[in-house]
Amino acid sequence: MMLRSQALKHLAALRTNEIVLTAMMAVRQWAAFSDHQLDFSTIGTGMGHASDIGLGLALAQPDRRVIVLNGDGSMLMNLGQLVTIAQQAPPNLILMVLHNGTYEVTGGQPIPGPASLDFAGMARAAGIAKSHDFDELDAYVAALPDILNSPGPTFVNLRVLADETPLPPPSRQPLPQRAAQLMQALGATP
Amino acid sequence: MARSHLVVEAMQDCGVTHVVWLPDSESHYMYDALNASPLHLVPVCREGEAFGIAAGLHLGGKTPVVLIQNTGLFESGDVLRGNVLNLKMPLLLMVGYRGYHEMVNGQGPVDSAATFTEPILDAWGIVHYLLDTDDDVPKIASAFKESREASRPVAILIGREYDA
Repeated sequence: MMLRSQALKHLAALRTNEIVLTAMMAVRQWAAFSDHQLDFSTIGTGMGHASDIGLGLALAQPDRRVIVLNGDGSMLMNLGQLVTIAQQAPPNLILMVLHNGTYEVTGGQPIPGPASLDFAGMARAAGIAKSHDFDELDAYVAALPDILNSPGPTFVNLRVLADETPLPPPSRQPLPQRAAQLMQALGATP
Repeated sequence: MARSHLVVEAMQDCGVTHVVWLPDSESHYMYDALNASPLHLVPVCREGEAFGIAAGLHLGGKTPVVLIQNTGLFESGDVLRGNVLNLKMPLLLMVGYRGYHEMVNGQGPVDSAATFTEPILDAWGIVHYLLDTDDDVPKIASAFKESREASRPVAILIGREYDA
């Protein structure tokens, strides 16, 4: 098992010009390592739908890689999305699930089926052939450059532990303003 | 009855790039017309996904339409709230109006899917128009324009099955 902070710190070190979408606790954890114009917090959007937004962005911006940092509870809310991603098969989409087995934002209650849950297996069975499951930091770090540079779609399950260190507070910037900034950075303004 | 190719042509004239949809009884004839068009079709497993994907397409500079049934609209409440209304996203939303004709003609038991459609759209502040015949097809362009100008979703309610 690796610390969530370690997993995201290594990702931030290799990140170049990818769009990075964050959901739930990943919003604040990612903000500890990144303040990039192509970061987009999904706070305020529909719960469990960060991966949908990522798929839409990947289809709209085929020349740019899109990384979604999703929560495990969020992924469970929207498992059909794995099939939709497999069917659209955008090569520029990387969907990562930060799997700690709990609804952390509501106080750490366990998600359903924590002992048997196999997100990577479900993604593979849905048709996402590049599907990884990591619980050791060294293996994840070794695979990360290939994950970031090979055509996908790619699914990555990261079995993580939450850190004890305080996280940055969530941004209070309104959602339409965050969206406008991302669109401007992408040159996608109407 | 509105013919499907006219509806698809109207979407193309508006500059729509993607149709994110889940087939339903009121729009299934459009499948062939959509497939024959240059529009990118994105089928989803559950209607809520459609609003998230549409939001991503919009953020990335594309012009999506969401095409679902009223039953799926009900299922999609939170993501419609978050990804469309909170985002202040312009969106042409096309909704199969299951039960509409039985409701207005007083034929048989009224489908509650029809009963709740307009009150729920009204509660969300989503303006809506009925598309029932070829004569209604120009409403697509006007609804699209209205959604862009107001940065809000505007709904077209599909009253009956399309012909091929």
